[in-house]
Amino acid sequence: MSYPLAFGELHGLFGWLYELLESTGLPQPWLDVVRYAMLGAMVFGVLSLLALFLVWWERKIAAHIQQRFGPMRHGWHGWYQTVVDAVKLLTKEDILVDTRDKFVFFWAPVICFVAAFLAYVSIPFGEGLIVSDLNIGILYVIAITTFTILSLLMAGWGSNNKYALLGGIRSAAQVISYEIPMVASILVVVLFVGSLSMVDIVNSQSGWITNWFVFRLPFGPIAFLTYIVAATAEANRTPFDIPEAEQELVAGYNIEYSGMKFAMFFLAEFVNGFTVSAIAVTLFFGGWHGPFLPSWVWFLLKTFAVVFLLMMFRWTYPRLRVDQLMEFAWKFMVPVTFANLILAAWMKYAGWYW
Amino acid sequence: MMESQPSIAFWLLAIVILTSGFMVVSLRNIFHCALNLIMCLFSVAGIFILLGAEFLAAAQVLIYVGAVAILMIFAIMLTSEISNRRIVQTTENKSVALFISVIFALSSVFLIMGTKIWRMSDQALPENNTLTIGKYLMTEYMLPFEVVSVLLLAAMIGAIVLARKEAS
Repeated sequence: MSYPLAFGELHGLFGWLYELLESTGLPQPWLDVVRYAMLGAMVFGVLSLLALFLVWWERKIAAHIQQRFGPMRHGWHGWYQTVVDAVKLLTKEDILVDTRDKFVFFWAPVICFVAAFLAYVSIPFGEGLIVSDLNIGILYVIAITTFTILSLLMAGWGSNNKYALLGGIRSAAQVISYEIPMVASILVVVLFVGSLSMVDIVNSQSGWITNWFVFRLPFGPIAFLTYIVAATAEANRTPFDIPEAEQELVAGYNIEYSGMKFAMFFLAEFVNGFTVSAIAVTLFFGGWHGPFLPSWVWFLLKTFAVVFLLMMFRWTYPRLRVDQLMEFAWKFMVPVTFANLILAAWMKYAGWYW
Repeated sequence: MMESQPSIAFWLLAIVILTSGFMVVSLRNIFHCALNLIMCLFSVAGIFILLGAEFLAAAQVLIYVGAVAILMIFAIMLTSEISNRRIVQTTENKSVALFISVIFALSSVFLIMGTKIWRMSDQALPENNTLTIGKYLMTEYMLPFEVVSVLLLAAMIGAIVLARKEAS
């Protein structure tokens, strides 16, 4: 079942842009270069704006949970506060430690930033709105996001600071541990779709709301819950934010960074939060499918709902201790996700699903 | 299927692989060596992409960069006194290593140049090669796949037993 084409679908616009590009008569390789440069610039622009919005939103949610107002000065309810903050960060002095490891210190925020944006090559924003529908889709996203861990380790090492180093070590231990339950929960969906491609995964959830993987009892909800917990840990958000842990490590891996370099870490963190939510929507909530509204609006609405959930986690739960975190990963998450995977495989084999 | 002329991407990747590979063995700072190793392994994934083996490329990044190299860096960071950057790593037996690697490189070059007929399949790549790999792993290559799994499991259990402190 497909919904009637809603007004405001964007892929027509892209088709028109490509035709415009082809009418300029550029030779073939340059056509591709221009096309991908254009797509890259678009994804970058949209995500930067989203990240700015998310920072403001997070501050508002935090404030309201704690019975404060949050930013109120710039614009209506402080809506352009983060724009002002961004300008401030860009113009700030870049303070450098003399004992830093120059090469590593410089490249850590760059790798963090690039890795955060690279994941969007294969995330479908709407029907036909995907940069490239790779046939390894979700596997690509998992693989490319491992560079985030690398950047945290590099930042920790390059700063030549014991708090930063501890933050880096903690993050590596945490992310490697939670990668296993995360991938095992994703595998449940991949097992049922029979494809790693993001577009195939979304298309297999078309039709009624009961076709969303989160409603496929009993393994769907379990896979979603374990995914969202592991993804929160992967994105280094509270209650799993021990790489940063302001009260213990001052700020963890990014303690020695200032100005633009800090802004890159900060922005990448919010982009990563959006990435894990977008993956959750794609895998479990039917991606862009929904009635009446254009597909990209549905995708954004659902993703913002998941982001909102993550933000509620952040401001209502206390942080876990390092040993509790590890015990939770290895003694609870790993057995549960693997049992769920076996259950799902058995149900798929027996044909007890819809 | 195979292009007769290697593309610009291939040459770029080849240069990056060789330089970073050389850096791994020649740099003095072990952390920089590990980072160069990651660069090298990541570029090998690029070569896999050029050959149309996307799954292999993703697996390469996931396993070598995401797990092996990260664990290596993790171990470097946990080694005591190693974060003191005044300690430089020295490479002993340089001449022996050079000798062996030159012999190895020369013999591989001669072997590659001397081979006139490569046993290659002239079939086109399957549409969904990830699916095909999965099917082969579960049917024809079931036994080697399982043996590797059991081996890795044994190694893991062994490591845990070695690292575990006896409860007193």
